[in-house]
Amino acid sequence: MYYIDPHIHMVSRTTDDYETLSRMGCIGLSEPAFWAGFDRGSVDSFRDYFRQLTDFERKRAAQYGIQHFTWLCINAKEAENVSLSREVIAMIPEFLDSPSVLGIGEIGLNKNTKNEATIFVEHLELAIQYNQQILIHTPHLADKYQGTRMILDMLCDDSRIDRSRVLVDHVEEHTIRHVLDEGFWAGMTLYPVSKCTPQRACDMVEMYGPERLLVNSAGDWGPSRPTAVPDFIFEMRRRGHAERLIRQVVYDNPVQFFSQSQGFNFRAPDASETPATK
Amino acid sequence: MSIPMTASQVLDREFLEIRAKVLELAASFDRLHRAEGVVAGDPRLSLIHEAIDVLQSDADDRAEQVQLIFSLQYDDEWQKKFDIVSGR
Repeated sequence: MYYIDPHIHMVSRTTDDYETLSRMGCIGLSEPAFWAGFDRGSVDSFRDYFRQLTDFERKRAAQYGIQHFTWLCINAKEAENVSLSREVIAMIPEFLDSPSVLGIGEIGLNKNTKNEATIFVEHLELAIQYNQQILIHTPHLADKYQGTRMILDMLCDDSRIDRSRVLVDHVEEHTIRHVLDEGFWAGMTLYPVSKCTPQRACDMVEMYGPERLLVNSAGDWGPSRPTAVPDFIFEMRRRGHAERLIRQVVYDNPVQFFSQSQGFNFRAPDASETPATK
Repeated sequence: MSIPMTASQVLDREFLEIRAKVLELAASFDRLHRAEGVVAGDPRLSLIHEAIDVLQSDADDRAEQVQLIFSLQYDDEWQKKFDIVSGR
């Protein structure tokens, strides 16, 4: 089955991983900007990172028949540095017209601090000003519930935000309902220790239905499985779910969500191109 | 939408897995008991006991309840405390 991984950090993965993903049926992925494992010191570090995301990774993925798309921002951890964050936000428009840029992300909260919330709101302003889609990171473990509710407060306070163009990621059993009930898309991240397992992701599809739900690996430089989406497909099949339903979650839904972005010039395997709708 | 498997099929498939997870918990508690020192007053242990109580209930949202036990409380006054103005 073809699938799209809507959230994976390939700058942290080897070229061998691209080959493995391709062999597993991955034909497209989207890579949000994130934390490198250390705090970067200047806006030029981010400029080089965005060049890597919009140029080099796209070419590396293409060698294995995978279409690479990306999102740009300064992540929540580094948002504690408000002055640097503002420099990065001011620089991001340099890249918004690059082919393959889907929007602003993964913005969000990490420890639910005032500085993180301040920079989150300023990212929202940027997205609104440039008519960009938004991909949102929610905190981990004990901070997730509070952080997700804070994020929803900020999103729902702003009537200019089109909720159908916002993806709130890393939802789990205690946050998924809040996200879907407010009209946003929700992403389930399959991660070995924190976040969600393939089994629990299947449970949530069964409990909430497949509409506006995505499944991703969020593979990065930490313990993570870039092939987690095929693990989800395998578990759904073991339970006897229809192929049509599985395909909706791992392929049709990401195509539907991303198609709202100008940068999603996706070539479907059984068609020459899936045009962007906006 | 429901799960296509019957309850009996789910139990057949997951019995050994559930058994293994319960054993892991039991062994972890034994390990805590054998180790030097006292953690009886540690709030994390209280959370674990509270979560185990949820497992024995008949609720159909046990995973959600367990998640909430291990979560910080949401404070709906947070925007006022942070002086954050969002939205138009």
